[in-house]
Amino acid sequence: MPTFGPQHLWFLLHAAGWTLALSAIAFLGGGLLGFGVALARISRNRVLRGLASAYVQVVQGTPLLILLFMIYFGLAIAGFDQLPALIAAGAGLTIYASGFLGEIWRGCIEAVPKTQWEAAECLAMSPWQRLTKVVLPQAMRIATAPTVGFLVQIVKNTSLASVIGFVELSQAGKLINNSIFQPFVIFVTVAIFYFVICYPLSAWSRGLERKLNVGRR
Amino acid sequence: MTYQFDFAALLPYWREFAAGVWLTLQLSAVATVLGFVGGALCAIARADGPPWLKRVVGAYVEVIRNTPLLVQIFLVYFGIAVLGLRVDATMAAVLALVVNVVAYTCEIMRAGIESIHKAQIEAGECLGLNRRQIYWHVVLRPAIERVYPALVSQYVLLMLASSICSQISAEELTAVANRIQSDTFRSFETYIVVGLVYLALSFVVRWAFWGFGLLVFTRRRKLGTAL
Amino acid sequence: MSAVVKLANVHKSFGPLKVLDGVSFEVGRGEVVALIGQSGSGKSTALRCINALETIEEGAIEVCGHAIHEPTLDRRALRLAVGIVFQSYNLFPHLTALQNIMLAPTCVKGVKRREARELAQDCLARVGLAEKAEHYPEQLSGGQQQRVAIARSLAMQPQVMLFDEVTSALDPQLTGEVLKVMEDLARGGMTMILVTHEMGFARRVAGTVIYMRQGRVWEALPGRDLDHPRTPELRDFVGSGL
Repeated sequence: MPTFGPQHLWFLLHAAGWTLALSAIAFLGGGLLGFGVALARISRNRVLRGLASAYVQVVQGTPLLILLFMIYFGLAIAGFDQLPALIAAGAGLTIYASGFLGEIWRGCIEAVPKTQWEAAECLAMSPWQRLTKVVLPQAMRIATAPTVGFLVQIVKNTSLASVIGFVELSQAGKLINNSIFQPFVIFVTVAIFYFVICYPLSAWSRGLERKLNVGRR
Repeated sequence: MTYQFDFAALLPYWREFAAGVWLTLQLSAVATVLGFVGGALCAIARADGPPWLKRVVGAYVEVIRNTPLLVQIFLVYFGIAVLGLRVDATMAAVLALVVNVVAYTCEIMRAGIESIHKAQIEAGECLGLNRRQIYWHVVLRPAIERVYPALVSQYVLLMLASSICSQISAEELTAVANRIQSDTFRSFETYIVVGLVYLALSFVVRWAFWGFGLLVFTRRRKLGTAL
Repeated sequence: MSAVVKLANVHKSFGPLKVLDGVSFEVGRGEVVALIGQSGSGKSTALRCINALETIEEGAIEVCGHAIHEPTLDRRALRLAVGIVFQSYNLFPHLTALQNIMLAPTCVKGVKRREARELAQDCLARVGLAEKAEHYPEQLSGGQQQRVAIARSLAMQPQVMLFDEVTSALDPQLTGEVLKVMEDLARGGMTMILVTHEMGFARRVAGTVIYMRQGRVWEALPGRDLDHPRTPELRDFVGSGL
């Protein structure tokens, strides 16, 4: 029986690339959708606010695993059963990320004092100008640390794409394990790969947070 | 689209779904209680322990927080086997969840402990309280009260994340769903139903924590502050 | 002289609390009116109503021809005509002093950036802060921030300026520099309504002082007569304040 060797390491490295790609898709897609969710959550329109709130509750109240299964099988019965697993995985993670990012960003927007909106209003700025020229630049400063922090969650959660057969790091680990059965070595290596990706992001997020707190004092 | 939805096909399996829900709740409850206690101890160790212990706990928290739960579950499940012990999937799942949630609880509690003002501790010392009394009355209790909402969110996430235990076939709700969908070929319907069940569970768990909070934190109840 | 700002029988409540109970007064072009009174007397609320930051329940407010109480109110046009300065400055912390002033002219009025820059520099010079153009708000003292806030309002060339307790958050030595800027504005013919606790300033600069009490105009008198009030309540108020 073969043992864990360089060719397996190479395979994992390749799969780590897919983990990063899937993370990027989830972050970009989830960011776009999440921004819309955040805006809807602070909108003056009650219906829009309610819908966005319900969306967040559903996304945050359902396991990502189940969400992935629903999309995977949902696409299949809609006739898209030949689509690459990347599509279903990307869609699932996008929805997941949008639910959380939307809520994080709403908090950051609401952390900007109401008086800033008011001051901009009194300068005859339109609601959109108030948002984009006055409030968002300030909210973004507050949002960087938690957003980078959430990036870590996204990277880790791409591991669940393995359940619908997408070959990222975890699935690659499972595949290697199926052929040589050395689970401990393999999954420790897989864990190290994740750690190497996630730890710098965590540290960066912490640093940003510290800087923000100092700036506020 | 010509797909005919058929939720009725799932009806005969209601007992199995119920058993899955029950195991999910048990897994989550045990992991929450052990995770809370372990997390509190780790947070104290990290705030006030000897330097080597601080470093060990710090490293543990970082490793857990920067690797996926799925991989942790595999490692615990297979790692125990490597040690020559035999445990069933459910035990391994509980263990993995506890290892995971202890780290998150530790991090949340640490923030709570750090938010307690030094003057409070000095006031406790001046009143002649001993170290342990100060820790419990002056530091830990107010700290927990302050981070309670964050802890609740974490434990709801834990309940949802327990679905990942299906990957080592611990027979909780998601594993039950996986089996039933392959029996009935009603995959989409199965996961919709299970998704709704999880959604309901997350509301119930949140509500239970809210009630528990009212019971435990009398000050909050009197002041009417939102938990 | 036609009135620029006109309040007629204005009523306003916050829940069960009656804040404005039939307030009426007029402000002519170039006039300076000071609203004084204890906290809770409704003076700040009256000011906020004039800029449609609060809605009123009864009565009428007309500002530069805009009927505030009408649902058809064009808020943008109103805000172009009225400038307001707040107690807490409310400068935009992510912009420099100059950018704070340039923002509204460029994005609301469509002024070209070069012109806006010159305009902003002029306004900063008027408040005596030409050398602070590139400073961020947090690098400025409270008094300097408040002067930038005044310059920011000035840059929109309003017909009326409202000042809501603009010196209340400042140390006494910083108060003077802000009051001096306001006095210069008044001498330049700006129509101003100010809520203030500075009795000396009101006496010296305000054409009319309005003493508000229990949501009503209790007494209105020329600023120079502030030491000779007719009502005992204002006498007590002036006496305690000086």
